[in-house]
Amino acid sequence: MSTQIPKQTEESTEAETETEPASKGEERRAEKRRRAAERRQQRPEEEAEKAAADESTVELKVFRYDPQVEGKQEPRFDTFHVPFTKGMTVLDALMYARDTYDSSLTFRHSCRQAVCGSDAMFVNGGQKLACKTQISDLEEPVRVEPLPHAEVTKDLVVDMEHFYEQMEAVEPYFQTDEYPDGDLEEQRQDRENREKIKMSTRCIWCGACMSSCNVAAGDTEYLGPAAINKAYRCAMDGREGEEMKQKRLEIIEQEHGVWRCQTQFSCTEVCPKDIPLTEHIQELKREAVKNNLKFW
Amino acid sequence: MHEHDVVVVGAGGAGLRAAIAAQEAGADVAMVSKLHPVRSHTGAAEGGINAALRDADSWQDHAYDTMKGSDYLGDAPAVEALCQESPEEVIRLEHWGMPFSREDDGRVSQRPFGGLSFPRTTYAGAETGHQMLHTMYEQVVKRGITVYDEWHVMDLAVTDEDDPAERTCHGVVAYDIQSGEISGFRAENGVILATGGMGQVFDHTTNAVANTGDGVAMAYRAGVPMEDMEFIQFHPTTLPSTGVLISEGVRGEGGILYNSEGERFMFEHGYANNDGELASRDVVSRAELTEVNEGRGIEDEYVHLDMRHLGEERILDRLENILHLAEDFEGADGLTEPMPVKPGQHYAMGGIETNEFGETVIDGLYAAGECACASVHGANRLGGNALPELIVFGKRAGRHAAGEEMGEAEIETGRSGDWQPADYEFGVEVGETSGSGTAAADGGAVATDAESVLGGAVDRAQERVDELLSRKGRNHAEIRSAVQETMTDNVNVFREEGRLEETLADLREAREAYKDVAVSDPSRTFNTDLIHTIETRNILDLAEALTMGALAREEFRGAHWRKEHQERKDEDWLKHTLVSWNDGEPELWYKPVVLEGENKTYEPKSRSY
Repeated sequence: MSTQIPKQTEESTEAETETEPASKGEERRAEKRRRAAERRQQRPEEEAEKAAADESTVELKVFRYDPQVEGKQEPRFDTFHVPFTKGMTVLDALMYARDTYDSSLTFRHSCRQAVCGSDAMFVNGGQKLACKTQISDLEEPVRVEPLPHAEVTKDLVVDMEHFYEQMEAVEPYFQTDEYPDGDLEEQRQDRENREKIKMSTRCIWCGACMSSCNVAAGDTEYLGPAAINKAYRCAMDGREGEEMKQKRLEIIEQEHGVWRCQTQFSCTEVCPKDIPLTEHIQELKREAVKNNLKFW
Repeated sequence: MHEHDVVVVGAGGAGLRAAIAAQEAGADVAMVSKLHPVRSHTGAAEGGINAALRDADSWQDHAYDTMKGSDYLGDAPAVEALCQESPEEVIRLEHWGMPFSREDDGRVSQRPFGGLSFPRTTYAGAETGHQMLHTMYEQVVKRGITVYDEWHVMDLAVTDEDDPAERTCHGVVAYDIQSGEISGFRAENGVILATGGMGQVFDHTTNAVANTGDGVAMAYRAGVPMEDMEFIQFHPTTLPSTGVLISEGVRGEGGILYNSEGERFMFEHGYANNDGELASRDVVSRAELTEVNEGRGIEDEYVHLDMRHLGEERILDRLENILHLAEDFEGADGLTEPMPVKPGQHYAMGGIETNEFGETVIDGLYAAGECACASVHGANRLGGNALPELIVFGKRAGRHAAGEEMGEAEIETGRSGDWQPADYEFGVEVGETSGSGTAAADGGAVATDAESVLGGAVDRAQERVDELLSRKGRNHAEIRSAVQETMTDNVNVFREEGRLEETLADLREAREAYKDVAVSDPSRTFNTDLIHTIETRNILDLAEALTMGALAREEFRGAHWRKEHQERKDEDWLKHTLVSWNDGEPELWYKPVVLEGENKTYEPKSRSY
């Protein structure tokens, strides 16, 4: 078989004869390839018209902005009609729209499996990871916008610098001075303690929580749920020791730390990794109170 | 221009470890990566890190398993370095706070993995890579190492002597995705490529969209040979609709594979009578596709992986992430039903030719991790051996580049020692197409002093970007998908001569088409159209070299299966395949595998599981 680069002539698909198909699976794959080749042959405009008329397409309204390109300097929404396929995610639909209709459509994405944290967006009014949000679960038209409360760089891309700065403000690294003797000796950690920090270690730095937080929107110095969760991850890890925990509590008790949280649970609701962020913040508040009473 | 002692390209596991090691050795280090470090695909690794930690285990056993798994195409000095140093590196990660899964006594847990004679795979649930990536990034933050994130490295600044072995690398040229600015990065001591996998050469892959093999392609065009490119690992358990990985940990914990007849085919059809589901990955992938091809697949496409009998408690404790992946990306509930799985491209055993310190044939240019080929994995990588490779060889390359004395390398690079030319006729023209112009080509530099070599490389990169942005032409996306489709159809688990030849012809067409490529987004701000267009050129070069190797290697070894050649041919093929770019006229050659280890020679044995 030969997968053709699209040619302007009709017969290139016709000429795409198969070697004897070995199985039904192979036939199905050949069919898939044939459709793909056909798709590539059509011009984007024709494709768009056909798609708009078709009921099995999904309508996307996507936020567009580019500070440099004429016509995009004023934010606007573009509409794309994307053929729906079973299991299609918002990311799949965006990639289709980009590769088929408009290659300037810009968004971050990489792993496609909810672990790189690149593609948090505002989908139908909620912070979501585009790669794990099924189109079939959404009302149409699907409205896709960049994360609120962050500066828009272009289209769906926001500036993450502020988020990274807050993460780094909590000394987001494991610290201890007490290591076991011997180069090949690990620190012991009981299963309960590992379980205690497990959810907090799942953070993928996507920024959905920070974007959803009203407090963070009003107070740009507020550490925010993700950074406080990172502090929780370290403070609750028994391997760091008591002295370090004191230091951690001091960091999160600062003016723009845990006490700013108004327990609205918006961060917990949007977290794509199901981290109980608000609970973690509350627990740190309790720890801080206990700690202060101890020295009182 | 930016100046540092060591420049690390890529910020996944190998890059982070290299940067930390180079800094500890006293170097001023910068990391340059097209993604923010925590976005790197190391984060998607699930299963674990092999390390002989316990008294009943030994690095020698780990080395033996790895050599057998490699089908005797691993180079012993690299394999032994991996196995000797993995335990201390794993403990170092633990000391840096990595949240490993634990035993009742509080020690790090280990589980069985395919092809291992001892349960030596340490892990953190089924999200080991995520925990490892974040733990190492924490250390980079702690140490204040400079990170240029969302800078796409376009080219290496290398001198232009005729013999690649006489060339020197003085730095890299990178494009700031945020601003569109192009800048030179001078590396006084060395450049370390740690750019990861090349899964985007295929269309059904566990790899990220960003895994386009940029480092391998850049090194190749600068004169470094690509080694053993035909050896691609197809992971036996990926979700059929997306290619999302289902960890080998599921089978390590006792998960079972069934065909449409409900048969446990690994045993019932005799693919691996001893190890069953835990045979080496190449063996299991072929078994699954054979079942499908013989009509015992489900929906003619996949098989079932069942873990229900492990019980909810054990699954939640050790494999919870798998439940989320199966649910979110295939709509399957792993607690109540078997999960559909099929083989998918997962890992490139081959890559940039290096020795056991990560040095390439070009002075000052290093590579570590998946983009490199030392070779640790030979013809097939064992599960749980990729993550230790990142930390062991990342560390080695970092130290060496920072100037630490590490002794003489046993593995030779370039055309030294017993290399031999290949006499294979491809029938299709390969390499640079004529008249491709500056937009499509990356030529060699014209000067030898560092300043002008780097300056020249910056100028060429600028010209290339300007031309791609200003001219009219075709979108790269159609070319990329044509390459991915032909590779997935023809250079997959099962390979035959005719179809491999057709693939080379398809790739030729794609190269011709790429001559007319253009970027329609005119913006200098976050122009991903431009970045993807540049990546597609890299994909093209890699796909071609991979297919050349697959055609020339007329035997069946490890992950490389050939219809016409159904046996391993040790007399002719105990050797590595190398492809040199040769300024646009790719040339294939061979060098012998190194089977002599520190205290023993690994004699090839038949490989059964």
